[in-house]
Amino acid sequence: MSGKVQVEMALNGEATEFLCEPRQSLLEVLRDVLGFTGSKEGCLTGDCGACSVVLDGRLVCSCLVLGPEAQGKAVETVEGMAKGNTLHPLQQKFLEHAALQCGICTPGFLVAAKVLLEKNPNPTEHEVRYALAGNLCRCTGYDKIVRAVLDAATVMQGR
Amino acid sequence: MHAITYDSPKSLAQALSLLATAGEKARVLAGGTDLIIQMRAGVRKPEQIVDLKAIAELQMIAFSPQDGLRLGAAVCCARITEDAVIKQHYPGLVEGAALIGSDQIQSRCSVGGNVCNGSPAADTTPALIALGAQCVISSARGTRTVPVEQMVTAPGRTVLQPDEILVEFRIAAPQGHSSDCYQRFIPRNEMDIAVVGVGAAVTVEGGKFTAVRIGLGAVAATPLLAKAAGDSLVGKSVSAESIAAAAVLAQQIATPITDMRGTAEYRKHLVGVLTRRVVTEAAARAKAK
Repeated sequence: MSGKVQVEMALNGEATEFLCEPRQSLLEVLRDVLGFTGSKEGCLTGDCGACSVVLDGRLVCSCLVLGPEAQGKAVETVEGMAKGNTLHPLQQKFLEHAALQCGICTPGFLVAAKVLLEKNPNPTEHEVRYALAGNLCRCTGYDKIVRAVLDAATVMQGR
Repeated sequence: MHAITYDSPKSLAQALSLLATAGEKARVLAGGTDLIIQMRAGVRKPEQIVDLKAIAELQMIAFSPQDGLRLGAAVCCARITEDAVIKQHYPGLVEGAALIGSDQIQSRCSVGGNVCNGSPAADTTPALIALGAQCVISSARGTRTVPVEQMVTAPGRTVLQPDEILVEFRIAAPQGHSSDCYQRFIPRNEMDIAVVGVGAAVTVEGGKFTAVRIGLGAVAATPLLAKAAGDSLVGKSVSAESIAAAAVLAQQIATPITDMRGTAEYRKHLVGVLTRRVVTEAAARAKAK
């Protein structure tokens, strides 16, 4: 009863087709079908944000999206952030501030922070902490992540 | 997760036809922030998923001063919190919607799903009860309208039959000096489930309440309309005394349980505190109009 279905989406701007079982999440599709392993599996309940991706402009947990729901949609993952060998300013600042230790949460934080800075290019510390409340990190204590995001905002505004 | 089939009908008629055929084997999907987790945990095992997000009626936000708000059941909470018209007329509904989960969850979760998931602690339901929201429910057999306080019958259960879809909420336009407010208590700042949630919608004329509705969450098996508490304020002056008396009536209908989030006694206390706060705030907002 559950044959595979064909889905077409734009993945980081590139037209992409895949086959999946309807029960497979977008996260499973990205990692296991398409080999985009940047998005991580954490809790599988939408609490930790490690699987965060952008779906038609909105930040979502890809573990809570069924693969077929991506039909006709634009999906952006952490793999789309760097341009060739040039890191996105957020990635560069995460490195400079040592805003990661084990790294499992990092792709989700980067994607969530990118969405934040696109909506609000000059956030306060409070706004950064609020916007990243859906991403859990058990290593850093968050402080370095928040500083990296604020520093990236400054750089991206050319200040 | 168990094997499923997936359909994304483009029209309400198609969706109703799918449900009429599938019956209890099917379950409708909006944001999936409850359903997908429940399926993964084996709590719900539908064979067929009918995604409602491509149906225009379920994605509608429409407001007019005559007809009030028509809110599609699958509209995600992020759209509600971004909507200037809803913010202006129904700030309490926006407060409830904004409290559900993270930005990631807000992008997906819907008010319709919040009601249909049937949790006693749903954050938008007390706000909807306060606003007197009506639920428009369709099936291939026809359409009916149910007051939102009658939707949930037990934790996780609603009045919806297997072939029915909650299509939209209808909320009257605020008249005169009217406004609303929703607050919940949680032991941290964000990302938690209500220990108690209370919504209030009030109309104030010449310093007196002329209409008050109060909704309670997480203090009984289902969200509650605190009718006697609201009615007690009608004709009374907006004062700390009248509001405190209404809060006592709200406490009287609360039958909370003791669980990891709080004891029954604590929850009962919080009903009084939050009722006073939300009625006071809603009245201040109404007067400012």
